[in-house]
Amino acid sequence: MKFFSVIALFLISLNLKAEPLKIGLVLDKGGKDDKSFNAAAFKGATEAAQKLGVEVKTVESPDDTSYERSLKNLSERGYKLLIAVGFAQTDAVKKIAPQFPKTHFAIVDGVVDLPNVTSLMFNEHEGSFLVGYIAGLKSKTNVIGFVGGMEVDLIKRFELGYKEGIALSNPKAKVLVNYAGVTSEAWMNPTKGKELALSQISQNADIIFTAAGATNTGVFDAIEEKNKFAIGVDSNQNWVKPGKILTSMLKRVDLAVFETIKAEKAGDFKAGKKSFGLADKGVDYALDKYNQSLISADLKSKIEKVKKDIASKKIIVSDYYETRKLCPNSPFKCEKYQKAMQALTPTKK
Amino acid sequence: MLLDDLILSAVRISLPLIFAAYGGMLSEKSGVANIALEAYLLFSSFCAAAVMALTHNLGFSILSGLLGGVFVGIIFSFFTVKVKSDQIIAGMALNILATGLIPVLCKAFYGTSGQTPSLEIQDRISSTTPFIIAALLVFIGTFILFKKSVFGLRVTAAGDHPPALRSQGINVDFVRVKAILIGAAIASVGGIYLSLGAGSGYTRNMSAGRGFIALAALIFGRWKPIPTLLACLFFGFFDSLQIFLQTSGTLTIPTQFVQVLPYLLTLVLLAVPTGKAQKNFAPQAINRPDL
Repeated sequence: MKFFSVIALFLISLNLKAEPLKIGLVLDKGGKDDKSFNAAAFKGATEAAQKLGVEVKTVESPDDTSYERSLKNLSERGYKLLIAVGFAQTDAVKKIAPQFPKTHFAIVDGVVDLPNVTSLMFNEHEGSFLVGYIAGLKSKTNVIGFVGGMEVDLIKRFELGYKEGIALSNPKAKVLVNYAGVTSEAWMNPTKGKELALSQISQNADIIFTAAGATNTGVFDAIEEKNKFAIGVDSNQNWVKPGKILTSMLKRVDLAVFETIKAEKAGDFKAGKKSFGLADKGVDYALDKYNQSLISADLKSKIEKVKKDIASKKIIVSDYYETRKLCPNSPFKCEKYQKAMQALTPTKK
Repeated sequence: MLLDDLILSAVRISLPLIFAAYGGMLSEKSGVANIALEAYLLFSSFCAAAVMALTHNLGFSILSGLLGGVFVGIIFSFFTVKVKSDQIIAGMALNILATGLIPVLCKAFYGTSGQTPSLEIQDRISSTTPFIIAALLVFIGTFILFKKSVFGLRVTAAGDHPPALRSQGINVDFVRVKAILIGAAIASVGGIYLSLGAGSGYTRNMSAGRGFIALAALIFGRWKPIPTLLACLFFGFFDSLQIFLQTSGTLTIPTQFVQVLPYLLTLVLLAVPTGKAQKNFAPQAINRPDL
């Protein structure tokens, strides 16, 4: 009898030890197969599951009303850290996090100011500036396209940075802007993306930057058929159409997710806002075997210089989140912002 | 130059609407209200894409796309004609089934949550010409069917006054089933266009409401072949116009407003009095099972 109880105790303790940390990943409408934003988050979480030995449960969201349900459900089931991917979940996190003060939350692309929430933000404008700069140099027709997903401030942040990058390298260039829609359907409508891209190509665009989640696929199909170039977003998408995707604006959601899980595992979860920018490689441009023939050594050194200038604030990239407040009437042309930022940074003479 | 592109773009956008609208027309003219057009589009585009990814054979792919749509048509006709359940509810149920079942199949086959593997460029139908020809054939075929053929007359009779048809010793239910199935096959071409032509494989909920827009075009076109075609082209043109207007940059009104325009216009045009009340154009026995 005693013998059995010892074994039972041993088994219980073994079981306690083997119980891995439970992490929940709630993706937004694009889904884990969007090859872009959600795919990056999924990649980061999968890596964490493999390297850190945590248990990751991934939940996809078929509609906008399911975020709250998923977050609540996972919290109730004892998940220690919940990662909500996408600005669309901001309100859901705001609502659920106070109900489960012992659960940690992370929100990607949104800010929630609560003691158990960490907000993971990216300087998309800096990365977009960089790929805009490349597009401006590479365009032969001087007509450059931008296809956004849902028309929201987050994507306008991409748009503004991109436009400023083009303006630096090719002031003559005309920029065509299209959005796939105004609802979250816009993230997963590749046929619409293709139509928008074809429309821009018919207006002479030869490079199109697309920040539209799973809708990107349609843009890539269009540039493949018409022999033009595209610029991918979030994940490194160069592989999707080798040699046809000039580069990708990397937004290292995978890194942010991985680091957050790692911190949770080590027991030093920190609430508050965390920004990832060019300086810490949270955003970047992608260079790999699929596009190395498109980016010459000369171009590369130019890009590196711009990167340094942005990091040292010699080049100030307008941030739509700020310009929309400073210049509500003309957020895309906001002198005030430039002046304010220049005043903040010490000039080197 | 600009106009050419605008029209081409309008045609591309109209194509799935045209197939779906004519598919719906056959069913509705026979007296079966069909809001299951979304389900036709979704199943046919999924089947076409899945078989293309598996076999890389265009013939098989198109065939299975058609079969996928017709399969939905069979279920639909079973419920509406055989069991005589409410047509609207049956149609809605099929739409919901399509949005739910396809992701389940995708999960089982590919481990994705609602998409088939991407198709390479050689597996796609990049040219719109074959689809334009198919749309013209469907248009001419439907036109002749309703104006010249005995079957067309029987379909119209089944939709307007089933007792008259029965008094001639013709089985109303059988006419309706045939009309539904032919309609399902026509609508399926639209689904095939979505996954092989406009897209590169099936993506979750890829019809994106086109089935309902096609239905609106059908009603707007008074269930008649020529006006319905024009209605589809009109919707397509407006959609392509708003895409162009967005890029023009000269526009000071918000793009949200531009995007809402086609739908707003639809509402306005549907409300415009035409001398005859709207319901007089509709098949008289629509949404009424022949008991």
